[in-house]
Amino acid sequence: MTSKRFLIGNAAGFSGDRVDAALPVVRTLISRGLPSALFFEVLGERTVALAQMARNADADKGFEPMLDRLLAPVLGLCLEHGIPIIGNFGGANPQGAARRIAALAKELGLRPVKVGIVEGDDVRGLPLETYPVFEADAGIDTHGGDIIAANAYLDAQPIVAALRGGADVVVTGRTGDPSLALAPLIWHFGWSAEDWDKLAVGAVAGHLLECGAQLAGGVFFDPGYKDIPDPANIGFPIAEVEADGGLVVTKADDTGGRVSVASVTEQLLYEVHDPSRYVTPDVTVDMTAITLEEIAPDRVRVDGIAGQPRPEDLKVTISHDGGWLGEGEVSVAGPNCRARAMAMADALRERLRIRQLAVRSRIDLIGMGAVHDNDAGDLTRAHAGPEPVEVRVRIAAAGPHQEDVDQAAREALAMLCCGPAGTGGARWHTTRRVATRSCLVPRRDVPAQARFLEEQA
Amino acid sequence: MIEVPLHEVAHGRAGDKGNRLNISVIPYKPEAWPLLAEQLTEARVLEVFRHRGATAVRRYEMPRINAFNFVIDDVLEGGVNTALNLDGHGKTMSFRLLALPVRVDRTMLADASPWAEDTSPGDVAQAQKT
Repeated sequence: MTSKRFLIGNAAGFSGDRVDAALPVVRTLISRGLPSALFFEVLGERTVALAQMARNADADKGFEPMLDRLLAPVLGLCLEHGIPIIGNFGGANPQGAARRIAALAKELGLRPVKVGIVEGDDVRGLPLETYPVFEADAGIDTHGGDIIAANAYLDAQPIVAALRGGADVVVTGRTGDPSLALAPLIWHFGWSAEDWDKLAVGAVAGHLLECGAQLAGGVFFDPGYKDIPDPANIGFPIAEVEADGGLVVTKADDTGGRVSVASVTEQLLYEVHDPSRYVTPDVTVDMTAITLEEIAPDRVRVDGIAGQPRPEDLKVTISHDGGWLGEGEVSVAGPNCRARAMAMADALRERLRIRQLAVRSRIDLIGMGAVHDNDAGDLTRAHAGPEPVEVRVRIAAAGPHQEDVDQAAREALAMLCCGPAGTGGARWHTTRRVATRSCLVPRRDVPAQARFLEEQA
Repeated sequence: MIEVPLHEVAHGRAGDKGNRLNISVIPYKPEAWPLLAEQLTEARVLEVFRHRGATAVRRYEMPRINAFNFVIDDVLEGGVNTALNLDGHGKTMSFRLLALPVRVDRTMLADASPWAEDTSPGDVAQAQKT
């Protein structure tokens, strides 16, 4: 029987999110006694490429490394209560993630789990250079590095097909983030693929939920100005959606954080450009007539959502080998530390000049100006604040050769013996970089589909 | 009227897409919205990020939810995958905008603002220095 109300819970907003977020969400979904679904969003712009590199190195890897920790606490409860789980934790290996989930269910002594797999987002086989570049990326230089991954942001329909087929869990790779939440709504309510206003409600629900705690006080609290209870235990979000498109957002019961008009407003505009045209693979959302009302504590009603037809093309993110990044850091503290930090920065620049390493570099004086500054350090040089208590000096170097980048980062380490008085606490490391750029590909070139993990012996 | 950092009047959040950043600005008191609309011009916001190579700012007005959305082009030094900056996503940049001085009525300040109470001229001078 189709209930007129459906709940969507979110239990992760990025790869690296709190792994104990899901249980309070699932308990809340169960206690409401309404049909519901749970989704995990763990795939950032670069994550698929990093996963592809992991899979290249080990064919059994390439999916969300925290998969077990994320799912184990709730998989049994969700199976027992008929709450489908949807997640893009497939990364570059949805089949590998699906196999792992089936095995996990067995290890936990649960009934066999029916895992749907969404495929078709990997479009490395397409002539990618022939498609138009996504407008916001026109200025991005990928330095001609080899293509590691190319993935289309799929729409909700393959997930819907898996749910219609009876999936307990649906594993995807790259999918539009809001589509993860929209899919179970389309499945439950039977919304038409051209009912733009309703699809827009589901897309906004997904958009508000897809960053997890960010709806309920994460990236929000500012002591004295915007206080929230128990920031160590922020509740993850839940959307209550009506068949006719009513939407209320809230959070898991018995958790910290707070869902308010202020927190919802911040998340509504998060990563949005033109609010009259928020593009998802399923629908183009017009946010301009939206109103927000706190109807009860931690419950905000979202009205006025409108939809326009979906875009003709799908966004494809292409990840190139971006060379290497090296970072080295070391501290100075106490009297005259500003002058000592600046002298160290000058010496580091001179070292890079002397050693002729093939790197692009930057020096930061953390505590005087770093994250807001530019590569030239203009803000830090103009810093007119009081003498800092301590300063951390950082060198960052990027280039195509690991050896040069590593040598540049190690110049911070060498300051332990060669630096100014009272220098200590060196750390350095070198990591692979991925450069991404997006293009627009016609839907007909991206045939996506869902299938089920074959029964295993 | 009092000159204070925007942080005393509004809150906001930054998000990135490629080399483009958006920052929402949401006044604590809706009465401040028209004054902020006058003062937070695209040109003035562009100046705040000029040192980072920003090339354009577009302001979207969202009066029904008491908000502005600023979209700033080319401000992330190539974006998270290219920048050498510790904060390649630019998530901390909302607070650079919130440091911008604005002139508002004292009644428009956040309740928590130390300048929300009636204070001496000395305090106002302190506010202007911030």
